[in-house]
Amino acid sequence: MKLDVHDLLLLAPLLLSAATAVAVMLAIAFKRHHPTAALIAALGMGAALASAVWLIPGDAAGAVTGLVFVDDIALLFMALTALTTLGCVLLLAAYLDGYPGLREEAYILLCVAATGAMVLMASAHLAAVFIGLELLSVPLYGLIAYTRNHLPALEAGIKYLVLSATASAVSLFGIALLYADSGTLSLLALGERAPDSPLVLLGTGLLLVGIAFKLSLAPLHLWTPDVYQGAPAPVGAFLATVAKVAVFVLLLRLLVAIPPALTANFQQLFLGLALLSILVGNLLALTQTNLKRLLGYSSIAHFGYLLLAVVAKVPAGLEAILVYLVVYTTATLGAFAVLAALSRAGNERDLDRIEDLRGLFWRRPAMAAIFVLTMLSLAGIPMTAGFIGKFTLFAVGVQAKLWLLLAVMLIGSAIGVFYYLRVAVALFRRVEGASPPEPGGVAHWASGLVMAASGALTLGLGLYPQPVFDLVGHLLG
Amino acid sequence: MVLAWLILIPLIGGLLAWPAERFGAAAPRWIALLSMLLVLGIAASLWPLGHYGQGLATGGEPWQLELQVPWIPRFGIDFHLAIDGLSLSMVILTALIGVLAVGCSWRETGGRVGLFQLNLLWVLAGVLGVFLAIDLFLFFFFWEMMLVPTFFLIALWGHRGSRRERGIAAATKFFIYTQISGLLLLLAIIGLVYAHHELTGQLTFDYDALRTTSLPDGLEYLLMLGFLAAFVVKLPVVPFHSWLPDAHAEAPTAGSVDLAGLLLKTAAYGLLRFSLPLFPEASQQIAPLMMALGLVSIVYGALLAFAQHDLKRLIAYTSISHMGFVVIGIYAGSIEALQGVVVQMVAHALSAAGLFILAGSLYGRLGTRDLREMGGLWSKLPILPGVSLFFAAATLGMPGTGNFIGEFLILMGSYPAAPLLTALATGGLVLASVYALTLIHRVYYGPEGPRPVVAAVSPREVAMFAILIALSVWVGLHPQLVMDTSADTIHRVRDLYLFAAPATGVQAP
Repeated sequence: MKLDVHDLLLLAPLLLSAATAVAVMLAIAFKRHHPTAALIAALGMGAALASAVWLIPGDAAGAVTGLVFVDDIALLFMALTALTTLGCVLLLAAYLDGYPGLREEAYILLCVAATGAMVLMASAHLAAVFIGLELLSVPLYGLIAYTRNHLPALEAGIKYLVLSATASAVSLFGIALLYADSGTLSLLALGERAPDSPLVLLGTGLLLVGIAFKLSLAPLHLWTPDVYQGAPAPVGAFLATVAKVAVFVLLLRLLVAIPPALTANFQQLFLGLALLSILVGNLLALTQTNLKRLLGYSSIAHFGYLLLAVVAKVPAGLEAILVYLVVYTTATLGAFAVLAALSRAGNERDLDRIEDLRGLFWRRPAMAAIFVLTMLSLAGIPMTAGFIGKFTLFAVGVQAKLWLLLAVMLIGSAIGVFYYLRVAVALFRRVEGASPPEPGGVAHWASGLVMAASGALTLGLGLYPQPVFDLVGHLLG
Repeated sequence: MVLAWLILIPLIGGLLAWPAERFGAAAPRWIALLSMLLVLGIAASLWPLGHYGQGLATGGEPWQLELQVPWIPRFGIDFHLAIDGLSLSMVILTALIGVLAVGCSWRETGGRVGLFQLNLLWVLAGVLGVFLAIDLFLFFFFWEMMLVPTFFLIALWGHRGSRRERGIAAATKFFIYTQISGLLLLLAIIGLVYAHHELTGQLTFDYDALRTTSLPDGLEYLLMLGFLAAFVVKLPVVPFHSWLPDAHAEAPTAGSVDLAGLLLKTAAYGLLRFSLPLFPEASQQIAPLMMALGLVSIVYGALLAFAQHDLKRLIAYTSISHMGFVVIGIYAGSIEALQGVVVQMVAHALSAAGLFILAGSLYGRLGTRDLREMGGLWSKLPILPGVSLFFAAATLGMPGTGNFIGEFLILMGSYPAAPLLTALATGGLVLASVYALTLIHRVYYGPEGPRPVVAAVSPREVAMFAILIALSVWVGLHPQLVMDTSADTIHRVRDLYLFAAPATGVQAP
């Protein structure tokens, strides 16, 4: 097997992201300097983003080795990954500022995880799938427990380690079963040859269990709230956006590749997962007082909504998924960015309770306005990107005549409105009695940048979404 | 472009008013007031365009002014605004009520004025958008857009006397009611668009295009129900009304004025503009039920209004009662009834705004809205008793006020379609006199209440009441202007509704 320049070029986002991890590592070996490490990581991710964007309009798509297939959709999501990771790098830089422990290694872990996400998005081979999953998950164990003197973070890290490893093992077993029956791990070959045998069904099922776990679809969601709560806010942002989007893109690839995954049985399974996720996510979010937990439950519900487009099996479904993933990422990143900007790694805990944010509008109007915007976007209120996402999903649901799922989605959205607005109102309320723990000083410019960007995107896409549709339409041909 | 400015001015005004807070509390108020006056001026200047009442417009162009810009071509969505007599009447009404809403909040809010005016102006922008949009997506966009600022108005600036938790609960109740029904509306819109797409291969959200879709019966009925869901909740029709008294009880005066004067009217407008013309046959099928619900609303609203102790809840229930007449008129569908509906919408907006401003004034003087603590105020307050008597008379439909014309036309126009029901609805007028006069009696007569009274009435209040009374009387004595302006639209709606298909439920006049 040989790689030529064209192949390397196609892999550029992936390679740049991996190289960034190495570069940060070398820089640390040379001299420990937090801003430098953060800058290298940010530049590297910027370069990965630029390369992906540069590659998108071309028709360069193609297989690179048997493991990876880089097409336009993969490039779009690589760009999204690089951009989101860049945001997380900036948030981390602000968050770790002044942290007494080791700070620089966080960027290595983050870049490795981003690389894993990119591998997943472009995987054409079950070996690549597994490598990608692990490359994504293993650094996350470290990142979640990064502030390791902080007990909840440590607990979250270990919880994620144990459960995620179990899920990976289940997936691996599924992959093994698929191999046992078909004798190949290539998705392309599987698509052509996989017989509709019990072993393939079981293998696909197990593989999907692993994926459902990473997407925290109910009933495999139990890890989500604890891990989100314990993880440092910038890592939570990564978990809720890049980690989930990558796995969802993988799911799309598997659905296309493995014929049994599209049979009626699996459709029923997805329908069930969607219904459960929407109801469980929204109902459990109702009583939360911790915003990270709330966002965790809300992400469960949002991925339930997304499954609607998977179940629909209409041409517009893929478009809706792409649009929704972009929209969801923007809003979720924005929400976590505000939480991250309010917190510091050295503090006793992140400011992540609804009470902590009470009256934020009167202390930090811009920050509060952005947070309200992201909440409204997650609730799907017009003028925000979230509404456009919900609208496209509804359109798909109507085209596919999925009335039950639409009804549940409607109920879920109504419940969602309740808890998102509860948070939004808290930001405007006057603080009575003792003032909440005030975050020190002005927000770091780095997290300010991320907040401003996600806020602007959320509003911009809500008011004029056509560019996204143009882009997605172009990619889907 | 003029049409876009009608919506943009309040939006921009709101954004300016917010930071203007730092120049003192007056700055945002002046910005808000000027924005609404500007909107009022522009809207009024559009009026000669239509040659209303000269018989020229009949049979001509349906829209006097249009603005169409592609917005989301992927789904065939345009930023499509248009104005005709009906929308113009509503736009002028909105601008006027908007000016008064700003005016009556002049003293009330206390702090956070900039943000308050931002919300107020954005509600008004949303309402204006609803009246102007004829792209269904855009209509929905504005329909939902007015909810968030209304929510904040109720949740954050609510009534000073009650605990904030109750305000938030009431606001949330309002939002969830309207959100669920709004999502049903969205689903119905998408369903209609894709049904149209299947029939013609054209993906569009345009009102004029969708109106011509001939849907299968079952589907038409279902989609109509989706539209209806949003409108009956917002109107509100009785089994769906329970958010309204709570919302009013907790809202600040300006919020109540907006809510009763404008938000309720958007629902009636939605029925007239969208529900009837888009789904004429299904609407005819459901007409008997809707008219019956209208009757229930009239009686139930009136009876509950009679039983209230809270002044604002009382007024809220009278709104429900009055909207019952509107429902009956709309579904009767005759020219007289529909014209009556438009007059009633205008007249009720004026009288309800007057009553809510009065409630605010009384609260400002007494520190209570509880009728049990009032009484004997007739001689203790200047001006307000007379004003109250006027608005009470308007509410009970006294001849000489617009409300009389509206209710009279509705009842007259509905009689041929549903004689028995109309006869029963007439009883609502009697109930209205009962609650209106009881209101006056409990506030101004009887033993004096325990509360001390702060008497002085400011020129600002006098001016607001004078405007409302003058307009109310004007509509009452010369309703022809309102009727002429909307006549064209009304004829078109009537034709679409009653003659689009063989009438089943309702006879054509």
